[in-house]
Amino acid sequence: MKLAKEYFADQRQDDLNELGQSRQRSDVPGHVTGKTAYFADRNFPGMLYLKMVRSPHHHARIRGIDVSEAEKHPGVARVLTSKDIPHNVYTILILIQVGPEDEQVLAEDKVRWKGEAVVAVLADSERAASEAAAKVRIDYEVLPAVFDMEQALAPGAPLVNEYHGQNHYMYDSGASRKVRFGDVEKGFAEADHILEQTYLSSPIEQAPTETTGCIAVPEGNDRYTCYTNTQAMFFTLDNTSIILQMPGHKLHMVGGTVGGGFGGKVDVTVEPIAILAAKLTGRPVSFIYSRQEEMQISSPRAAEKIVIKDGVMKDGRLVARKVTGYTDAGAYSRHSPYGAQKGAAHYPGPYTVPNVSVDTWCVYTNRTPSSAMRGFGVTIADFALEVQMDKLARLIGMDPLEFRFINAYRDGDMKAHRQKTEGAALIECMQEAARVSNWPVADRYMKMSSYEGT
Amino acid sequence: MPKVPVQFTLNGEEKAEFVDSGATLLKALRDKIGDHSPKGGCHQGTCGACSVLVDGELKLSCLVLAETCQGASVTTAAGLAENGVLHPLQRAFIDGFAAQCGFCTPGMLMAAKSLLDRVPNPTRDDVVEAISGNICRCTGYEPIIQAVLTAARANSQNAA
Repeated sequence: MKLAKEYFADQRQDDLNELGQSRQRSDVPGHVTGKTAYFADRNFPGMLYLKMVRSPHHHARIRGIDVSEAEKHPGVARVLTSKDIPHNVYTILILIQVGPEDEQVLAEDKVRWKGEAVVAVLADSERAASEAAAKVRIDYEVLPAVFDMEQALAPGAPLVNEYHGQNHYMYDSGASRKVRFGDVEKGFAEADHILEQTYLSSPIEQAPTETTGCIAVPEGNDRYTCYTNTQAMFFTLDNTSIILQMPGHKLHMVGGTVGGGFGGKVDVTVEPIAILAAKLTGRPVSFIYSRQEEMQISSPRAAEKIVIKDGVMKDGRLVARKVTGYTDAGAYSRHSPYGAQKGAAHYPGPYTVPNVSVDTWCVYTNRTPSSAMRGFGVTIADFALEVQMDKLARLIGMDPLEFRFINAYRDGDMKAHRQKTEGAALIECMQEAARVSNWPVADRYMKMSSYEGT
Repeated sequence: MPKVPVQFTLNGEEKAEFVDSGATLLKALRDKIGDHSPKGGCHQGTCGACSVLVDGELKLSCLVLAETCQGASVTTAAGLAENGVLHPLQRAFIDGFAAQCGFCTPGMLMAAKSLLDRVPNPTRDDVVEAISGNICRCTGYEPIIQAVLTAARANSQNAA
């Protein structure tokens, strides 16, 4: 590893002890000796195994649920339905006042995506739980479903989620999260060239090697310890507290090393139901996703559709940028209203554009709820923006890196969402990238600075 | 559920347990004996996290029935270090940043050990082939491949 000390040398006292040094990971001796304890590396006598009965339909009304045969199956300790959940309709971000509550822990009257949890079966072996789950009878009336964001937003589309009332999230700024800066139409009128492009992405599964799960253990004093591989301990604690209507001091959440998460373990999907089951049975409960559940049920990165319209001058200056971004939340909000909002602030990219207009939409469809994954809301945005930057450079016959130097933001520049740029280092990063890759860049760009002369 | 007795050697120690008929070696090791070093990532033989050696042969313990291991010698990642001294593969994985979340690491180490036991001086292609049944979602594989090659070099220097 090389620390390029010549950059920003005058802004830094050269007393760095850690940067540029190679240090052993503190957890790696445990990893190579098999001693690192993951949540499932524990055994409790009398443990029950939870198997979830899930919707086979994308959108359906539930006319009836019959668990009588499942309850009679040998080894079954308890069968749970929505009636057992103290506060069945929740939404994760209610903790920061992002409502409404729109998702059922166990489906009551309707399922909105294929794989939605309906009935939880608890038995003293995984095999008995699976066999009993197959005996649960659910009477569905299948409803029309919508899988495409454009179709979901069109008039007459099936309503996915009644808690929202329309197939998109309603922000305080209206149907979309808006950023307005300068006068984008004036910018387009003055531009030498205009380029409008549409970018589409598919959902992406995080696919951690360790599947989502937890073990909930009653402590005998009306308190419950939950060993979990959540990536969001306090979201889990507080949402469990709301769903179970149980004060937080009765819930002891134990995290630890997570066997890969990548954002896929940020939702609250296993802990509340496992702790409730432990409470109602008085026994330890293991609820661990099968590989199939991890791939098909856990929330992926959202599919996105991004329309970018740019106005550019022959000399390389970007003068106007209009973006409409659509995030496919699937059937429920989870973290998607936040993800779509993050995109709104991000869309001008690391470039200074004087006229910007951004609208981002969080759209509901009958697909698997999407949620966090590695920079959700901005990663696909960056893909679209940087492909667009290459296309713009080609359009005006300019080197793509030099085109970025011309438009790179610098200290003091006002960004479209009204944050003044501080500590920019894009120009210096591009200079170093040009040097190490021997990419020819004109001298005047190699002499530019993110902060001198601003 | 009917129980069957099973007796085998685990990392040099005699073990005897009653397991459910049809229980996997992975379940016997983790839930009965308490060796949690093999991990269950898929329980269908596709991820390699549960890899162990049975009589020196690399096996996916989620696909092996415990009762078929009667009298066998089983080695897991927990048994790689000897008297507190790390195996060269473990040392190389630490020094080479070949583990991040660590979940695939025990299985990866056993696949690599199986290779080095058979081929002391493997080529890069040998290493890639040897770990091709083991999924890692964090490292991008390159540090793991390099660590196995480093361990092989350390081994052959010690032998010389």
